[in-house]
Amino acid sequence: MSAIDPTAIPHGQDPHAGHDAAHEHHAHPPHLAHHFDTPEQQFDSGKLGMWTFLATEILMFGGLFCAYAVYRYNNPDVFRYGEHHVSTMWGAINTIILLTSSLTMAMGVRYAQLGQNSKLVAMLVLTLLGGAGFMVIKTIEYSDKWNHGYFPGFLNSYDRDQNPEGFQKNVVDKMGSHGDGDHAEAGYNDDGHAEPSPTDPLHREAGAGPVEHQQPGEAEAPMTDPQQQPPAGVQLRHLGPEYLDPNYGSPDAAVIRPTFQTRAGITEQVVETHGVEYTDLDVRQQSHVKAFFNIYFMMTGLHGLHVLVGMGLIGWVLVKSLKNTFGPEYFTPVDLVGLYWHLVDLIWIFLFPLLYLIH
Amino acid sequence: MSTLNAPLLAGIPEANRADVHHDNYLTHSRGFVSWAFTLDHKRIAILYLVGVMSMFAIGGIFALLLRLELFTPEASFSENPALNNDLYNQFFTIHGAVMVFLFIIPAIPAIIGNFVLPMMLGAKDVAFPRLNLLSFWIWALGAVFFSWILLGGGITTIARVNMEPEAFLAWRNAWGWLFPFGLDTGWTFYTPYSTTQSTTGVLPATMGAFILGFSSILTGLNFIASIHMLRPKGMTWFRMPLFLWGIYSTAIIQVLATPVLAITLMLLMAERALRIGIFDSTLGGDPVLYQHFFWFYSHPAVYIMILPGLAVVSEILSPMCRKHIFGYSFIALSSIAIAFFSFIVWGHHMFTSGQSPLVNAIFSLLTFSVSIPSAVKVFNWLSTMYRGRIMLLTPMWYVMGAILVFTLGGLTGLHLATISTDIHFHDTYFVVAHFHYVMMGTTLFALLAAFYYWYPKMWGRMYPERWGQIGAIVTIIGFNVTFLIQFVMGAQGMPRRYATYETQYEFYHQVSTVGSWILGLGLLIALINLIAGRKGKIAPPNPWGANTLEWQTSSPPPHDNFKITPAAGDPYALRRWRFVHSNDPAVADGWELKPEFRARQEAAGPGHRVEHRGMGDHLGSPEKTPGE
Repeated sequence: MSAIDPTAIPHGQDPHAGHDAAHEHHAHPPHLAHHFDTPEQQFDSGKLGMWTFLATEILMFGGLFCAYAVYRYNNPDVFRYGEHHVSTMWGAINTIILLTSSLTMAMGVRYAQLGQNSKLVAMLVLTLLGGAGFMVIKTIEYSDKWNHGYFPGFLNSYDRDQNPEGFQKNVVDKMGSHGDGDHAEAGYNDDGHAEPSPTDPLHREAGAGPVEHQQPGEAEAPMTDPQQQPPAGVQLRHLGPEYLDPNYGSPDAAVIRPTFQTRAGITEQVVETHGVEYTDLDVRQQSHVKAFFNIYFMMTGLHGLHVLVGMGLIGWVLVKSLKNTFGPEYFTPVDLVGLYWHLVDLIWIFLFPLLYLIH
Repeated sequence: MSTLNAPLLAGIPEANRADVHHDNYLTHSRGFVSWAFTLDHKRIAILYLVGVMSMFAIGGIFALLLRLELFTPEASFSENPALNNDLYNQFFTIHGAVMVFLFIIPAIPAIIGNFVLPMMLGAKDVAFPRLNLLSFWIWALGAVFFSWILLGGGITTIARVNMEPEAFLAWRNAWGWLFPFGLDTGWTFYTPYSTTQSTTGVLPATMGAFILGFSSILTGLNFIASIHMLRPKGMTWFRMPLFLWGIYSTAIIQVLATPVLAITLMLLMAERALRIGIFDSTLGGDPVLYQHFFWFYSHPAVYIMILPGLAVVSEILSPMCRKHIFGYSFIALSSIAIAFFSFIVWGHHMFTSGQSPLVNAIFSLLTFSVSIPSAVKVFNWLSTMYRGRIMLLTPMWYVMGAILVFTLGGLTGLHLATISTDIHFHDTYFVVAHFHYVMMGTTLFALLAAFYYWYPKMWGRMYPERWGQIGAIVTIIGFNVTFLIQFVMGAQGMPRRYATYETQYEFYHQVSTVGSWILGLGLLIALINLIAGRKGKIAPPNPWGANTLEWQTSSPPPHDNFKITPAAGDPYALRRWRFVHSNDPAVADGWELKPEFRARQEAAGPGHRVEHRGMGDHLGSPEKTPGE
């Protein structure tokens, strides 16, 4: 370091004569904040800050992954049953879309570094479209679930204990107004017309795929709560343990009632198509069925929120790039937003197998 | 208005000798907006100072009320035992939540760290000033949530006392959404009570804590980036002031632990509002999972609270003893070690929650290992004091108090880490006394030491020394009277969190309550003293003869701290400075750079930043210290 008369240095200017002589006699770079000495230092600070922030994001989702693991360990069959309700195809398409948008984002960063602004704009637009496409598909998936009454928490169709009115509204009403078409795809059987007998809740016609658990009117088991009596003439489907299980509520319920493990007597086709059915679950797990939807909505919801934030950030960078802000000298926001977008992508890479693929 | 005499400015580069009475950060601009939306780290520190200490006052008032209730074994707040118990539960919850989330966690990092850290780095500001301001306003938003609970709890309690039960219930049904009924879960929000049983404002409280977490994360992130990127020339990692090592370790914990709290509280809110059920065994979840999640954050958070306090002690001790700090690198690395251990000991909070004996044994062993870096610190402090020329000034009194209570608190921690004794001590006053010794005693004393030590730099005036010392001694005595006897009480089986108790504990509780009054008096003296100090003598740039960079600019510093970056050397090379009497009665005495070092400092020229390529570079670089 050469000895510089400190009084001769105007405030705010870079007096550094060391590693980057090019800056020494230039005016203050336009994007350099007053408390940094060099643009490199500023860029490195921003990048370090962003990586640190990404570490916090990983830890936050890490807690959610941990909750998923514990939840799944406690209720393994519930999760296997829950697989019915997600569409692997939409998930796979979304994975491809998000991966592609990560590629376009990375290319955008490269074009920003090269100063090719029009290509940068194009890449940012493509990335934004990718994010939008992801959210559109997410909306399709969500609305499919919501149409079936699989809301998160107590709104969920399976939550009868807490919300009998909601249960009737979500299940009974919707069943009446629902067509037959999309249910088979979701793997959820509620369109059957079989006449189940109370002693054989699994009875159904081969190939049609309906599971009619029981008709409450014919139930031999007494209703535990008269308020939960459905209106006359309404056929309840997906009834809970108290409808299926004469011993429901007794401490020995889970022991007395056999677990429906075997699919013997049901056609092979059904087994392959549908895997674990509701009636395969034991009593305890039947009362936990909404667990899958809860963790599904928590994980995908928080991730979707991050996608939306990422889209906002990309939009902000896009506006700036339309003003020709970025170039080889200054591309920090593009780089940092890119890092964030890759993290959003990375988290989805873990969510997709956990929620859609594991059987 | 006096001006400083020339010798006191010696050692401060010409360009950094701002005319402090006309241009410093306090007078740089005026008006509400210039404070509320300032990007200056020093002003943000003052904003935090006002906000955080207001919250400390609220938490302290509730603490005094709790001790007052416990003065007699019977219910003292109300004839109605249910009302009395509810009030007591809410008071200790508010006390704990406000003190932890709003006071201790931001106290030293956000007030002292914000003020001092950039100046110690010879920098003009933290790495991300706008983020810093955002962090404060996020904190303020979190404080609004807790204030909402306080207000709602107060109004609801008044309504409950004055209305007929039926009318009160009707009123609750109509207005309960607007006035949360206080908070009674304890600051830990344990499930399933918080999700299914409590009728109080769990949602606003968890939302507030969730928001405060982001403030903490952003502050930590800012400090990490600042320490990595803004160190001046000559300041290698092992030439950083020890305060920065402590703040750095704290920031690592803030950044890595707080997001887990965020997701935990998010799941808790979802569970309470929507019955998501991840922590509810009737829905397939696991209540102990909540405890794991919570303590995975909150045990490291305990070190967020104490590491900055230990950092302040390490920083102040050397100049106050006129001796180079003993075992610099051991103190520095012990901070990192404590940060590391803090992440792997959370299970000791759940020794009685049904963990397997093997897990208990492992967590017990790991917990013991925390005592190693803690003891390293204490022994190095004592070695620094040994044969030093101790200046028994107010900061030093608080520092000695902090060392005392940290040692006592740390040693009693060993009893709690031992599974066999913890089964007995769990949820007794022994635990209460232990964590008040380490969290409250150590951190509060360190915070007060820091207030006094950096007071001249912050306000440009010297505080009244005599009353400062009286306040310190009264505070230390009051603290020990309050909490030392709680160890005995807890060991004899007095459980925590009860409003009424067996008469056999009456004596202990009464001693403790009287102690709380002494403690309150000491803090009141300190408060009045610090306010009175605004009219004290004008402070010289370096009143303590310390060698860290914040003393090499004027007091109070100008708006951007340094016109040129000073070069850093060994931060504890105290022999470079010598004491000089002020020749102006309105100006306090101070220290000046010795002439031989002055010449070499000037020959070395102004410093600049080291080139940073990440942690690990420049470790132990052989760069020559100017003037060493």
